[in-house]
Amino acid sequence: MSSKSVQQLDRVVIRFAGDSGDGMQLTGDRFTSETAALGNDLSTLPNFPAEIRAPQGTLPGVSSFQLHFADHDVLTPGDAPDVLVAMNPAALKANLRDLPRGATIIANTDEFSKRNLAKVGYTENPLEDGTLDSWHVHSVALTSITVEALAKFDSLSRKDKERAKNMFALGLLSWMYHRPTTGTEAFLATKFGARPDILAANLAALKAGLNYGETTEDFAVSYEIAPATMPAGTYRNITGNVALAFGLVTAAHRAGIPLVLGSYPITPASDILHTLSGLKRYGVTTLQAEDEIAGIGAALGASFGGAIGVTTTSGPGVALKSETIGLAVSLELPLIIVDVQRGGPSTGLPTKTEQSDLLQAMFGRNGESPVPIVAPQSPADCFDAGLEALRIATTYRTPVFLLSDGYLANGSEPWAIPSVADLPDLTVEFATEPNATDDKGGAVFHPYLRDEATLARPWAVPGTAGLEHRIGGIEKANITGNISYDPDNHDLMTRLRAAKVERIADTIGPLEVDDPSGEASVLVLGWGSTYGPIAAAVRSVRNSGGTVARAHLRHLNPFPANTGDVLRRYDRVLVPEMNMGQLALLLRARYLVDVHSFTQVRGLPFTTVELADAIMSLARGADDDSISPVATHRGLA
Amino acid sequence: MTTDLGMPSTGLPRGTAGVPRLPDDAARQTKREFTSDQEVRWCPGCGDYAILAAVQGFLPELGLRRENIVFVSGIGCSSRFPYYLDTYGMHSIHGRAPAIATGLATSRPDLSVWVVTGDGDALSIGGNHLIHALRRNVNLKILLFNNQIYGLTKGQYSPTSELGKVTKSTPMGSVDHPFNPVSLALGAEASFVARTMDSDRKHLTEILRAAAEHRGTALVEIYQNCPIFNDGAFDVIKDRTEQEARIVHLADGHPVQVGPEAARQVLVRAAGGSLEFVPEAEAQGREVVVHDAAAHDPTQAFALSRLDSPQMTHVPMGIFRNVDRPTYDDLVRAQVEAAIDTAGGRAGDADLDALIRGRDTWTVA
Ligand code: SF4
Repeated sequence: MSSKSVQQLDRVVIRFAGDSGDGMQLTGDRFTSETAALGNDLSTLPNFPAEIRAPQGTLPGVSSFQLHFADHDVLTPGDAPDVLVAMNPAALKANLRDLPRGATIIANTDEFSKRNLAKVGYTENPLEDGTLDSWHVHSVALTSITVEALAKFDSLSRKDKERAKNMFALGLLSWMYHRPTTGTEAFLATKFGARPDILAANLAALKAGLNYGETTEDFAVSYEIAPATMPAGTYRNITGNVALAFGLVTAAHRAGIPLVLGSYPITPASDILHTLSGLKRYGVTTLQAEDEIAGIGAALGASFGGAIGVTTTSGPGVALKSETIGLAVSLELPLIIVDVQRGGPSTGLPTKTEQSDLLQAMFGRNGESPVPIVAPQSPADCFDAGLEALRIATTYRTPVFLLSDGYLANGSEPWAIPSVADLPDLTVEFATEPNATDDKGGAVFHPYLRDEATLARPWAVPGTAGLEHRIGGIEKANITGNISYDPDNHDLMTRLRAAKVERIADTIGPLEVDDPSGEASVLVLGWGSTYGPIAAAVRSVRNSGGTVARAHLRHLNPFPANTGDVLRRYDRVLVPEMNMGQLALLLRARYLVDVHSFTQVRGLPFTTVELADAIMSLARGADDDSISPVATHRGLA
Repeated sequence: MTTDLGMPSTGLPRGTAGVPRLPDDAARQTKREFTSDQEVRWCPGCGDYAILAAVQGFLPELGLRRENIVFVSGIGCSSRFPYYLDTYGMHSIHGRAPAIATGLATSRPDLSVWVVTGDGDALSIGGNHLIHALRRNVNLKILLFNNQIYGLTKGQYSPTSELGKVTKSTPMGSVDHPFNPVSLALGAEASFVARTMDSDRKHLTEILRAAAEHRGTALVEIYQNCPIFNDGAFDVIKDRTEQEARIVHLADGHPVQVGPEAARQVLVRAAGGSLEFVPEAEAQGREVVVHDAAAHDPTQAFALSRLDSPQMTHVPMGIFRNVDRPTYDDLVRAQVEAAIDTAGGRAGDADLDALIRGRDTWTVA
């Protein structure tokens, strides 16, 4: 391909950063697809503002997409970029602090005008005043070269031509890292099929980027990253929100019941609504409701009718749905509540990630109202979490929380695609016959007569003759389901509802511990999306000679039966969370184990380095203060 | 009192199309079969009893399989209704019954879904769900028991209580301007809006029948007396002599009129478009208002709903509006079915495999 020198690398982290309107998410997505096609393992982290188009060229308007790819198993999107593509001064300024010295910067010089520099507080041009001497800077007039390359496209305005500069950047990076561009070409053909001139211009810009790398002296080296050795299988790249939507559809298919989604748009969960709305062909019904409450109401109504009702939302929406979740607890009907967590409280940080709804899911309702909680650990794992949520909901006739988060939702990774026929059989059995006799010997149906093993009540759907019954949110008499205000009965029903949720532990398998040496005294226990960062940190500690054990919770309610034993087996337990210590609180309360909480709420995943440091300091026996929430707050450190 | 609604039954049960019916030769269902074994717990004399009896008496007439009828309610005295009917039922949470029923009706075309609600449940805490059910035109029958008071919470003013009402929470009188449920429903573009009264079983049954036949959301306001906290709210129109002078029976295709033969008044359009009653003798040469429930434009129906006044000088009863427009649930199902048809049938494992694979895959040997 090139007469220039080629270096082999084992891993690279690239961050594409630009204005919200610069198409950085698309560029990142395409580079990711090219990388996936090449067989590298990868992980991505999109990071964008809540505003759709913040004022151009400003710091709040910066949107970025980070991709970590390697010839080996990748666990996180990477702590720090090796390469920053900065489409304007704001993108440079917003991202420079994350960039280690010696890293590469590719800057679009066309945007470094006096005016744009001033917008972000640069009095001098950092590309020229020596500010960036410690980095390896490629100054490229991305915009004007793109416009020039498209000179022959008379039908296009200058603005249209400028817009193709992200494809030029993609072409250049594709050359640098030997990425195939055929997938992108096919993608563009689909996207711009109706506008042949725009399609041709984008293809030309892509090609111009490739040629620029090939011919300019500025780029002397290109890099190869060998494919990762991954288990045999067919792979695709997938984001958490899409995996979750697919998981829910597949689960309903395996259960043999329709999927009905009642939802109200909310960041960062809306993509699940969008994806499912396009899957009608698979028997999916989606209702965009008038509000969050109606969304879950419609879902619960559908569950009463024998479908699996699902509602998708984020924390503020969960707050509104709480009363209906309580009703579902009382009705003992299957229901899945997907909470794609984001920074809170209140509106908080709509586009940023956080794990701070755990206690809301656990306790955020009136009365004793236990709800099982399932949390996926990676974007692709959202698929399996969807299956598990449905299994629990239908087996135990209960609402189930599925706690995803903004990082999982928008992040992506390769996924070994399962064969649908090999997935668990989730067939649902509805009640079809009366289950009791009355005092006159007649057959009757008791809606709250429970299964002995699961304590689940029968699911008898309207349309089933002879099983007509009434259910409601008023306390019901055990077995008959009639209204009951009897004190003993309420005590019994409360305990039965709690016991039913506890029984789920019988079918979820033990908490598995990764402790290869068997000699670790420190256990790192996580849940949800901290899986990747924790695993990467543990690997890094082990690589530098330390010993540490690791375990990860998929089920937060109930916990696996052996959780207490595992916690007590280690001298110290570190619980990293993107909240102020919510799992730690539950573990301490439940098991009386003094776990060490390590927390941050910066709207971003943990970095490997900060987690590895926390593990090391705990292993050294450092006291709690060094890893207290305050100390880990960078602003105060 | 006449119960001629001017809308003779078409005999076409469009509202319940798709709901399994009893075989033609089956024994006719009885009121008893629709009565559950639960003890009714409303206060003695409550208007809810009469409505329950009317509904239990009417349901057999639909000829539907009992197991395919579902009553969903919210919270309030009236919302206990489902417990007393031997059909499927859900007593849900305050104000949310229309949302829950929307999910049920949309996913189950084989069910006849009824919502029972009250003035507080439907118009206060659940106002949002009510207007959206009405605008969507989900195939639901919503029975709104209006007693103009909060009963279950022991007597606070409701969104239909008259201005100045003295209650426990308004010792100096309510300063809340009340909703007119019929005007509200028409404003939300409801396709079927009617009003009836607990004490007039025959009229109530006629209205239920028309509502059941309507495909789409039917909003039926039922004036209901709460003898405990708002006794006599509707006495003036229940009094035999008074009611004749006050109740305006809406009969489709007929001039709108009120009063006994000797003192009949006719509704005419005044200059500026407003409506007013004039003695029959003076109606000569004026534009007499003829009721047209099926009019696409709801303007006249709305104007009729504005004949209400706190003094109940004139109270229109009957069907204000009854128009055909596609229902939300039918449209939602049609999209799903079209998508399945286009794809060549229901999805099997292989189709799911293709979906989750997507287009960009690679294989590791
Ligand atoms: S409080 Fe009023 S509305 Fe409620 S049951 Fe008693 S009489 Fe009926």
